[in-house]
Amino acid sequence: MTEAKLPIISIQNITKRYPGAPVAAVDNVSLDIMPGEFFVLLGPSGCGKTTLLRMIAGFEIPTSGTILIDGQDMAAVPPNKRPVNMVFQSYAVFPHMSVEQNVGYGLRIAGVGGDEISSRVREALELVKLDGLEKRKPDQLSGGQRQRVALARSLVMRPKVLLLDEPLSALDAKLRAQMQFELSDLQDEVGITFVTVTHDQDEALSMAGRIAVMNKGEVAQLATPSDLYEYPANRFVADFVGSVNLFEGKLTLDEPDRAAVDCPGLGKVYLNHGVTGSHGSDVWVALRPEKIYLHVPGEGKAIRAAAQDAPEDHNLARGHIKGMSYLGDITLFEIKLDSGAMIRVSRPNLSRHDQEDFTWDDRVSMHWRADSPVVLLS
Amino acid sequence: MAEQNWKENRSSFFASALGPLLWTLVFFIVPMGIVWAYSFGRNAGLTEIDLVGTLDNYKRATEWLYLSIFAKSFGVAAMVTLICLIVGFPVAMAITFASEKWRPWLLLGIMLPFWTNLLVRTYALMMLMGSQGYANKALGGLWGGASWLKTLIGLEPLPTWEPVQLLFNNFAVVFGLVYVHLPFMVLPLYSALDRLDRSLIEASLDLGAGHFRTIMKIVVPLAMPGIFAGVMITLIPALGAYLTPDLMGGTDSQMIANVIERQFKRANDWPFGAALSFMLIYAMFILIALQGLRKKPAETH
Amino acid sequence: MALFNRTPRAPLEYSRTLWLRGWVTAVMVFLYAPLIVLMVFSFNDSKRNVVWRGFSTKYYVKAWNDSTLVEALVNSLTIAALATLFSLVLGTFAAIMLWRFRFPFKGAVDGVMSLPIIVPEICLGVAFLIFFAAIDWPSGLIWPFNLSAITIAHITFCFPFVTMVVRSRLASFNKEQEEAAKDLGASEWQAFRDVLLPHIRPALVAGALLAFTLSLDDFVITFFTAGPDTITFPVKVYSMVRFSVTPVVNAASTVLIILTVVLTALALKYQGVKSIAESH
Repeated sequence: MTEAKLPIISIQNITKRYPGAPVAAVDNVSLDIMPGEFFVLLGPSGCGKTTLLRMIAGFEIPTSGTILIDGQDMAAVPPNKRPVNMVFQSYAVFPHMSVEQNVGYGLRIAGVGGDEISSRVREALELVKLDGLEKRKPDQLSGGQRQRVALARSLVMRPKVLLLDEPLSALDAKLRAQMQFELSDLQDEVGITFVTVTHDQDEALSMAGRIAVMNKGEVAQLATPSDLYEYPANRFVADFVGSVNLFEGKLTLDEPDRAAVDCPGLGKVYLNHGVTGSHGSDVWVALRPEKIYLHVPGEGKAIRAAAQDAPEDHNLARGHIKGMSYLGDITLFEIKLDSGAMIRVSRPNLSRHDQEDFTWDDRVSMHWRADSPVVLLS
Repeated sequence: MAEQNWKENRSSFFASALGPLLWTLVFFIVPMGIVWAYSFGRNAGLTEIDLVGTLDNYKRATEWLYLSIFAKSFGVAAMVTLICLIVGFPVAMAITFASEKWRPWLLLGIMLPFWTNLLVRTYALMMLMGSQGYANKALGGLWGGASWLKTLIGLEPLPTWEPVQLLFNNFAVVFGLVYVHLPFMVLPLYSALDRLDRSLIEASLDLGAGHFRTIMKIVVPLAMPGIFAGVMITLIPALGAYLTPDLMGGTDSQMIANVIERQFKRANDWPFGAALSFMLIYAMFILIALQGLRKKPAETH
Repeated sequence: MALFNRTPRAPLEYSRTLWLRGWVTAVMVFLYAPLIVLMVFSFNDSKRNVVWRGFSTKYYVKAWNDSTLVEALVNSLTIAALATLFSLVLGTFAAIMLWRFRFPFKGAVDGVMSLPIIVPEICLGVAFLIFFAAIDWPSGLIWPFNLSAITIAHITFCFPFVTMVVRSRLASFNKEQEEAAKDLGASEWQAFRDVLLPHIRPALVAGALLAFTLSLDDFVITFFTAGPDTITFPVKVYSMVRFSVTPVVNAASTVLIILTVVLTALALKYQGVKSIAESH
């Protein structure tokens, strides 16, 4: 990776406005997707992610902006001439054709010879582990198998980019988890760029190389999964990806290597790194539930040491347990702080009896490490 | 959810079943039964009919003269159906893919003529197609234009326009039947196309097929049930059409329904008319059975 | 318009292609031009239907003064109203029976009940002619009883259409709704009235419209069933077209077309374009 690669897809200032709609479905989006990447467009429904994907495929025409695929402007190129293929949300497997005919459809259209078609179809079906089902009709397949047909049908075309529209949303939870791994492996194996649209953050985090989180037609943040989770750029991303506690506050200390925020809801928050934002400005503090330690007041001294170099009475809160839900691997607590604000804390059940440590209305104290909170400006 | 056994709720069952069953028995099965019985009867006097159980009426109905009229009726109906299919399919496509705002109005545009009185529509068409009508005037205008164009490039002008006889021939019958039956074809086609998952069309385009190939390989095969429904719904009434051939046809364009009518209103040969009636009904049954045959293999694969 | 599209056409916007628009326009012209010409010429001040000689409503006056024509129209509307009423009741009951119950020979009953839709009009007409002659149905009764034979014939071929429309609507009914009503204390009849009937109401409107137009439209069956003293509108127009084409026919036809449009508009106002269209 010494030489800089050119993006396989370059989206430049793309806007899509539907006639009569008050706001743009996609609003001046620019992003580059690199060859061989597993790229995910993540966002709530109506955020414009599917519209963006369909514009790459050629099914929607952008109102303005340019889409380059492999350096070529796609404005005048109809979908059947684009070097990309799509796996549809409904899979769109042709019901009147067998598995074999479905997978071979694009090759027949392209005028590939009979022998090559059959060998490439066989190869593609092996790749998605459907060999042996060549003669089946789609109505004799399960949902997962139909999806594999759709995958094979696109992969057999050897596209430069494979577009997947909510590929796992129609599968049940177990199968979905399995397919997440399989899709990642498959992408590794074929080396084709994957661009996937999803509203499911777990799916995005587990499969993606990079994720673009979209909100109201704009890209809210573009980052790797761990950066997205640990360093969200704004409240929308912090809240949409994972679960988070958000508190409003004022920046009271702003130095290159440390910072402090005074939150009326949470108390004084200390950070062992610098933040953007100036002294006295209004900010939000984001704190993930799993990054908060929970203990009985007065008993936490030993653990307290782990709070690193935070000054006394910083990164500390007290309250009463108002709600508990036991989820097996973790227990989720809803705690009413003395300030009146609510906070969510999750606690791993490291031993079998951990869930018995706390119960409703217990008084608890909480603390967190100085590198756990994230300060957000918007 | 399973249907209820009628024995579990006799009062409700009889409340709903009695009226329709009785009506169908008295005013449909009995009249049809009498026609069927008459078809084996013989004229005895002016109003008397002897139910002698003869097959003579059917023998006469299968004579070449009547068979050829059957064949001709079928040919006309098939041609009308084909034209309706060719004209109607693009219309159904246009309605299916029209914007939300336009679709209901286009559908209404197709359905309003269907609700308008058949006789009124036939009369309107006849008015337009008469030898002094506007269709002739328009053709005359085209002719004149062509003639003028020829003189423009220095050729002899065409001979003067003679109004063509558009009415009272086989052409008029086919044209009139297409006019009347087009909505019948468009509506089932539309409902089949509307059910089609659009991502199938997109998938085909995505895999490199052009629009024409997508329509031939994906849209048409998947719309086949609708196409067959449209064909049946057009073919059957066209086969039994009476009014259009009667009003718009010439002496040689009578169809089977006109022959049946003649047996009752003019020739007064009721048993023979009854036999012809049942021949027509049997023809319908055969058509429907053929459609049933086509359906079965598709369902049991 | 297609020439001046502001936005480029997306692949599936077939209805924005120029040739398809042209095709649809041509078909609409084909369907409507004859009717529009007919209506325009009903106001023509000339005996012949060809040359425009100025605006006049004299043929409407003539049509209004033609007592047999008015009588025929009144007859037709009466028959259509009666046939619609009976067809709605019979058709709805038949639909509910076929949808709700399992009973012996159900397939056969279903098939026979939908036969009047398939059997050619001419055969039905013949059947009624023979039937009413065979059982010596009284003729020459006073109005409206002289219309009974035609009305019976019309009900017979109209109610299966109502059954068809109502049944397809019933297919989308969630039976748990009815069970919920009964669970909350409703009787069989109350559950029918409060839950099932509201659900099938769009189908009833569509079915009524269908039955009314089918009845008003019918010529062939009426032609065979009508006695000499019971003329309906289509039969009257038929004899006028056959024997004397005058603008009076245009005037009468225009009235009928307007009646159809008004009926459709009423149904639309009540039901919306979409559901009417979909119930077909």
